[in-house]
Amino acid sequence: MKQFWLTGALRHPYWTLAWVLALAFAMAFGAKNLYFRGDFRIFFSPENPQMQAFDKMQARFNKSDNMLVAITPASGDVFDPKVLAVVKELTDAAWQTPHSLRVDSITNFQHTAAVDDDLQVEDLLLDLSQLDAAKAASIKAIALAEPALVGRLVSHDGSMTAINITVQLPEKDQNQEVSDVYNSVRAVTDRLAAAHPDLTFYHGGVIALNNAFSSEAKNDASSLVPLMFVVIVLMLGFMLRSVLAATAVVVIIVLTIAATLGLAGWAGLFLSTATVNVPTIVMTLAVADSVHLIASTQFLLREGLTKSEAISKAVRINTMPVLITSVTTAVGFLTLNFSEVPILRDLGNMTAVGVMLAWMFTMLLLPALLMVFPISHGYAEPTDKATQMDRLADWVIRHYKVILPLTALITLVTGWLMLQNKVNDEAVKYFAPATEYRQSVDVLEKKLGGVSLIDFAIDSGQPSGVNDPAFIKAIAEFALYLQTLPEVTHVSTISDVFKRLNKNMNGDDPAFYRLPEQQDEAAQYLLMFEMSLPFGLDLNNQLDLDKQATKVAVALKNLGSTQMLALEQKARSWMTEHYPQYTMEASSTALMFAHIGERNMTSMIQSLPLAMFIISALLVLSLKSWRLGAISLIPNLVPAVIGFGLWKLWSGEINLGLSVVASMSLGIIVDDTVHFLAKYKIARDEGRDTEQAIRYAFHSVGHALMITTVVLVCGFAVLMLSNFRLNSDMGLLTGMIIVVALIIDLLFLPAFLLQFDRSKKTAVVSTTTGEKQHG
Amino acid sequence: MVNRKMMGAALLCCSLGFGSLPLLADDGGKGLTIAQERKQRDEGWADSDSKTTMVLRNAQGAESKREIRTLSLEIKDEGDKGLTIFDEPKDVRGTAFLNHSHVGKPDDQWLYLPAVKRVKRIASRNKSGPFMGSEFAYEDLSSFELDKFKFTYLRDETLQDVPAFVVEQTPTDEFSGYSKTIAWIDQKDYKVLKVEYYDKKNALLKTLQMLDYQLYLNKFWRPLKLSMVNHQTGKSTDLLVHEIQFGKGRTEADFDTNALMRAK
Repeated sequence: MKQFWLTGALRHPYWTLAWVLALAFAMAFGAKNLYFRGDFRIFFSPENPQMQAFDKMQARFNKSDNMLVAITPASGDVFDPKVLAVVKELTDAAWQTPHSLRVDSITNFQHTAAVDDDLQVEDLLLDLSQLDAAKAASIKAIALAEPALVGRLVSHDGSMTAINITVQLPEKDQNQEVSDVYNSVRAVTDRLAAAHPDLTFYHGGVIALNNAFSSEAKNDASSLVPLMFVVIVLMLGFMLRSVLAATAVVVIIVLTIAATLGLAGWAGLFLSTATVNVPTIVMTLAVADSVHLIASTQFLLREGLTKSEAISKAVRINTMPVLITSVTTAVGFLTLNFSEVPILRDLGNMTAVGVMLAWMFTMLLLPALLMVFPISHGYAEPTDKATQMDRLADWVIRHYKVILPLTALITLVTGWLMLQNKVNDEAVKYFAPATEYRQSVDVLEKKLGGVSLIDFAIDSGQPSGVNDPAFIKAIAEFALYLQTLPEVTHVSTISDVFKRLNKNMNGDDPAFYRLPEQQDEAAQYLLMFEMSLPFGLDLNNQLDLDKQATKVAVALKNLGSTQMLALEQKARSWMTEHYPQYTMEASSTALMFAHIGERNMTSMIQSLPLAMFIISALLVLSLKSWRLGAISLIPNLVPAVIGFGLWKLWSGEINLGLSVVASMSLGIIVDDTVHFLAKYKIARDEGRDTEQAIRYAFHSVGHALMITTVVLVCGFAVLMLSNFRLNSDMGLLTGMIIVVALIIDLLFLPAFLLQFDRSKKTAVVSTTTGEKQHG
Repeated sequence: MVNRKMMGAALLCCSLGFGSLPLLADDGGKGLTIAQERKQRDEGWADSDSKTTMVLRNAQGAESKREIRTLSLEIKDEGDKGLTIFDEPKDVRGTAFLNHSHVGKPDDQWLYLPAVKRVKRIASRNKSGPFMGSEFAYEDLSSFELDKFKFTYLRDETLQDVPAFVVEQTPTDEFSGYSKTIAWIDQKDYKVLKVEYYDKKNALLKTLQMLDYQLYLNKFWRPLKLSMVNHQTGKSTDLLVHEIQFGKGRTEADFDTNALMRAK
């Protein structure tokens, strides 16, 4: 291969530096287009059926994006007049929230009552001057008896109350809009919290979730990426024993990351909770390329070559192996394109590009940098380290007959365990218990009731059908059925409004707390009620334009995605069984996350064989051996099996972040196999027998494999520090699989070769050993 | 808060060339003069009957229709009276809404429900909610009375080749759904061409366009199409007016609660 760039780099290092830097800057310049997105929609593609159902429902009824603020007084009684005054103050202030459409609280609840044969519709607490102990007691009695409020805006025991702010974001700059809403509400609650130290405020709802997504992403960006940098610099200094060589690697890494982010910017991508850690992952993967090249150069320098000769030779012997390992890693990440989740696809593509850029910059720029910097010769590896590897080789050769069945047994057991993992995606649990969002939501669930919602839209099939007594009856029965389910904490239904109106229209006689019997009666009660409602508190969130459909909003305990899907299915079956004439759609953010886990898992499992195939084909090409390519399948697959098996013991829950680990880690761990088998093959081709070839492989790459594993594990361990579980779980499991892969490559792979790849000369011996074993 | 508003007002005045006048309302009374002229030019129409189709649209363009009839009676120096009868949808047919506008106190409102043959008074405090699920609030449709707003003249502007006054109207009623409205009034005939409604957080909520003006009795301009667009939800409502008739000889007896029960 004519490496013209290499000659150029060695003769005119400064020219090379200049044009490569110019290229890198041109790429990096695209970073100006990058922006953060923290809304939950980044997890769903526009074709996602649940996303489409969600958008359809949001279009038919008013939007349900919300911010929920809950208040708990130290006294434990929200109906204390002082607390009610704060609730009213917060309710009034909340109307000033940017993009707000409506505000619901116990104080502005539109209470209806029969007064002098007229229908009175009024805020439960209209005027602070009316507020005394008697008024507070009456508010308490009404609120705690109101099905629309209890379990939703006030807890059963009256110890917590909530204010729900519904917003409609223009969706021009999602992230800005979310933080505008969040910060506006926070400013009010922070002020109130300072003025009323006995009150505690909690923040929930979709806006708080979106805000948590983006704030955790920013946390990762500002803490994990720099930390990773420090870790890398320390490791490089330790491995290369040369400040300037380490500096050269840092330059390569910085350029790689800048160019990766820049190209993402040019491609119109954005940063999110998933892609914000691309720099960390790329750094981890990029280090190896440079280290290989520098270590070789230092080795050749110690051998007495001139600097230019040493660099030139180091580049020549490393170009292909580093290219192969980079391409396999990139292929592993590219299979993330099969994911259902757009940001995971972005993660895969950005990392794949980053890995290839790292290879490119290493090959183009590093020779020039090494020419310019006066680098040290490094240090000669003490010989006892090599003997450690030799001893390990001896040990494996001696015990391979134990190692083989033991590995098989472990693989079977962990394989069984692996299948016991359950797919589970709960957006709430993506956040570590230490995060403010998670703590708020946990308290809300414990005190107020469920914070996961499912909306059911039931279509009567004809305009004004919502007023049809038969339809209302069906809705009421459906709501009643939902309330019998243990997971359900609150059901909000228009049938309760009809019952209340019927009672009000009949002099508040409790006997009339039932559904109207005639359609015109129901329609006119509703019309009257609607004409009495103030701005923003209309029924458009429950009824569609021509009153053909109604939305039943159900609050649930935090459910795993499996139970969530089961509940959806139960509700659908009930409807089909009892009222097949009405069509029903279900939707909510929680339901979307419940579905995405399953959908994504299916598509990732389907993509795994393809990744296996491409990567094995690359191995066959690079090893130039069908046989070794086939053998490599086992050590490449087994680590993921053992890793996911151990995961069952650790957690047992597979979320979106983990569903991509199998294909992602495959591309990384394959490097160990490539290096080991390549050396093994060289020895065999030179005519040595299996045992000698294995000793040679251990001696020449064993130590290097351990070092790269340490680097990779450190890199993925940094991800474990993320408060965002998709990232921390991904880091933990990938790290585990990489460790397992090393063990498999150093113990199982040689044992397997000893058993099944005996050379022709020793083939007879091999067969007899085999027979002995079986016999 | 107050300081910020004042500063904003001062800045606005400065930018409009009223540097010496720090208060927004102080436009030399021009806003009020325009409003008075508008009110005065529309005096003397006595009574009218009309039929209206309401076309409601959501952000996706799905439509729903309502049919109503409206009888109106002019009351000198008091608020006007209005009676609205619902024809469609069928299940509210015959439902009738009676309104007595007042100067200086809240309007009186009643609803007749034919299904139970009863008249119910409605708390007029809540006049800011949607009228029959449309983008019009009751307060957008009620008669124009001078004491319902404070007026501030903002500027002259040409709207589709028609010279117009731009007047800011701040509602005096604390239960209004708006912080302010801005009206474009044609300088020749004092027809209202366009109104922008701002919600309580001062964000633009809706825009009303009044189109297809017709001249009746050689004096009174009436728009045959009122088109309201909600900018926050993307929903809209068109009011299509047909068959306006004047001089039907209506009296106050046609607008009391007994008349409500007879309305069909």
